[in-house]
Amino acid sequence: MNSIKHPELSTIFNEDEERVNWHDDTLWWIRAKRDKAAHGISEWEILRETASQIKDNVLSNLHQYLIDFEAKAQANGIVVHWAANAEEHNKIVLSLLQKKDIHQMVKSKSMLTEECHLNEYLEKNGIDVIDSDLGERIVQLAKEPPSHIVLPCIHKKKEEIGQLFHEHLGTEFGISDPQILTETARLHLRETFLTRRSALTGVNFAIAETGEFVVCTNEGNADMGAHLADIHIASMGIEKLIPKKKHLSVFLRLLTRSATGQPITTYSSHFKKPRKGQEMHIILVDNGRTVQLGRADFRNSLKCIRCGACMNTCPVYRRSGGHSYHNAIAGPIGAILAPNLDMKEYADLPFASTLCGSCTNVCPVKIDIHDQLYKWRQVIVKEGNTTAAKTMAMKVMDFTLSSPTRYKLAGKIGRWTIKHAPFTVNNKLNLWFKNREMPEAPKESFSEWFKKNK
Amino acid sequence: MKVGLFVPCYVDQFYPNAAIATLKLLQKLGVDVYYPPNQTCCGQPMANSGYEHLTGNCNRLFIENFSEFDYIVSPSGSCVLHIKDHLHDEKRESDALNVRHKVYELVEFLTDILKVKEINASFPFKVGLHQSCHGQRGLHLSSMSELVDTPFSKPMQLLNQVKGLEIITLTRPDECCGFGGTFCVVEEAVSSKMGKDRVEDHLMNGAEYITAADMSCLMHMEGILKRKNSNVKVLHIAEILNAE
Ligand code: SF4
Repeated sequence: MNSIKHPELSTIFNEDEERVNWHDDTLWWIRAKRDKAAHGISEWEILRETASQIKDNVLSNLHQYLIDFEAKAQANGIVVHWAANAEEHNKIVLSLLQKKDIHQMVKSKSMLTEECHLNEYLEKNGIDVIDSDLGERIVQLAKEPPSHIVLPCIHKKKEEIGQLFHEHLGTEFGISDPQILTETARLHLRETFLTRRSALTGVNFAIAETGEFVVCTNEGNADMGAHLADIHIASMGIEKLIPKKKHLSVFLRLLTRSATGQPITTYSSHFKKPRKGQEMHIILVDNGRTVQLGRADFRNSLKCIRCGACMNTCPVYRRSGGHSYHNAIAGPIGAILAPNLDMKEYADLPFASTLCGSCTNVCPVKIDIHDQLYKWRQVIVKEGNTTAAKTMAMKVMDFTLSSPTRYKLAGKIGRWTIKHAPFTVNNKLNLWFKNREMPEAPKESFSEWFKKNK
Repeated sequence: MKVGLFVPCYVDQFYPNAAIATLKLLQKLGVDVYYPPNQTCCGQPMANSGYEHLTGNCNRLFIENFSEFDYIVSPSGSCVLHIKDHLHDEKRESDALNVRHKVYELVEFLTDILKVKEINASFPFKVGLHQSCHGQRGLHLSSMSELVDTPFSKPMQLLNQVKGLEIITLTRPDECCGFGGTFCVVEEAVSSKMGKDRVEDHLMNGAEYITAADMSCLMHMEGILKRKNSNVKVLHIAEILNAE
């Protein structure tokens, strides 16, 4: 069990307030861009509703759509694999590479492979993996996990990236001009694309009707990798299906507007069949998804198209950073998905929210994110993933509040204490007091006042 | 029309003035208000901490206290939302449902039920309106910046009727203040930072007072203001609507 949890990790993050301000401003700027893009489309809310309903349909008929997709994909010449969990997924990838005696792979960004910890696994097995998404490459060089699903290195300032490039890619010391850094990365990656024989991409949408899949990138790196490689492996979560090709337009209009405020992703690459001499594989991964599908209160979370809008808008994420969620997928949606995989390990995450509801409002597929966070809290406590101290405190609270007499007495004692013995509350043990003053104790409560004045 | 006044526990204990203003305001508007003396808390602090199963006693008490009224009104969006969404009682489920349907936050009661068009109040100051999340996104007291929607604001509608009051414009119109019930201590670092940032937005834009339809957010921001030794004050919206 990971002992460092969200409150501690975000306390560390908050030690550098300047950095928190910068992180918050950067993400808020993206949220503002998203607002502008959304408000530019009068039918925005209808689009969201449509996307949500399409995904509802997918989840209700997932079994059939998967079978349809498999048959169509096979007919197109794609080899279809099924993986029940992360381990199976990783093994399939490795065996495909070993069969062809390949030791180097270029990868486009895929949160599923992060979820499966594929890079570490392949590296342990002698395969050299290069992430070709620029942000992902940067965190790879820094030996860190991504902190955001769309903007993997949003937590890094350009000076820090310059330093990394200086160390790993030979740029001059002290260079932080984004133009120069991007150029350097391009050159470095171009060489990778030309020399690697295998490429792995994620999948944004897979179409049951046609057996094809679509990968969205802003840098075109998925195409570059896939087109030049002898073998293209695509990893997808089973929830990525949409029924028909015509539904794609709904999602493509929503995806980047929600993610970055762009009208559409720069490259939406469609893959339908392998080119001559190439092998194309797709791995359909469950890894907890069917369990979540079976949890009535949480199945909606499988509608997620991974746009990251909920993270950008989340006031907690913006001030705690993606790494504080200690999980591949951070932010509000990560806090719903993670406990499904390991409730004990991620019991802290549904509590890392004020339930303000902003995430639910920006979500392009209308996931009831903040309501699910509330529901997870109930499940987590019921299953015993809480502390004895907290349970005790809550029982005392119930005891006090369930009797008007006890409540009034407790209120009196509380107010008396604040007034006459402030040192008992204004101290280090009281977390409220660390950065905030306590409320003043009035001379009488409302109910006491009412008794005299009614 | 018989109205029951629900004064949430922390308002009762720490902010009696907000409750007094609510009572007087309703009386001024000719409402027949009752205050059931045996009330305590809506149970939200337990429920939001994952202990909804311990709220049975609070729920029972709440139903006992408030079943008889035509409306239940409370100066706290957050508590009202909790009652609306989560009040249950196995033995009296239909009563619980009934209570959930007739509970109103003060502002929405004034705008939607009483349809107040004229408030006899004067408050010649620059005021920042904090849109508390549970009131705004939960009870739809105003439109939300994330949605593509026709803008409206019930609290603003009322504040605009107050003589001399000047509403300041915030840089981020509806960001959360970070209170969040037990979140404020469980996630102390993030909560405090959110509170600081929220307060800063009001200060930067020249507020002399910060108001809201939820005292809990105001309590949080007041704690931050006082730690900064700021002379900007917080006031519940009822206190402004009742100011002469
Ligand atoms: S939950 Fe919604 S807003 Fe968040 S990443 Fe998924 S689709 Fe986007």
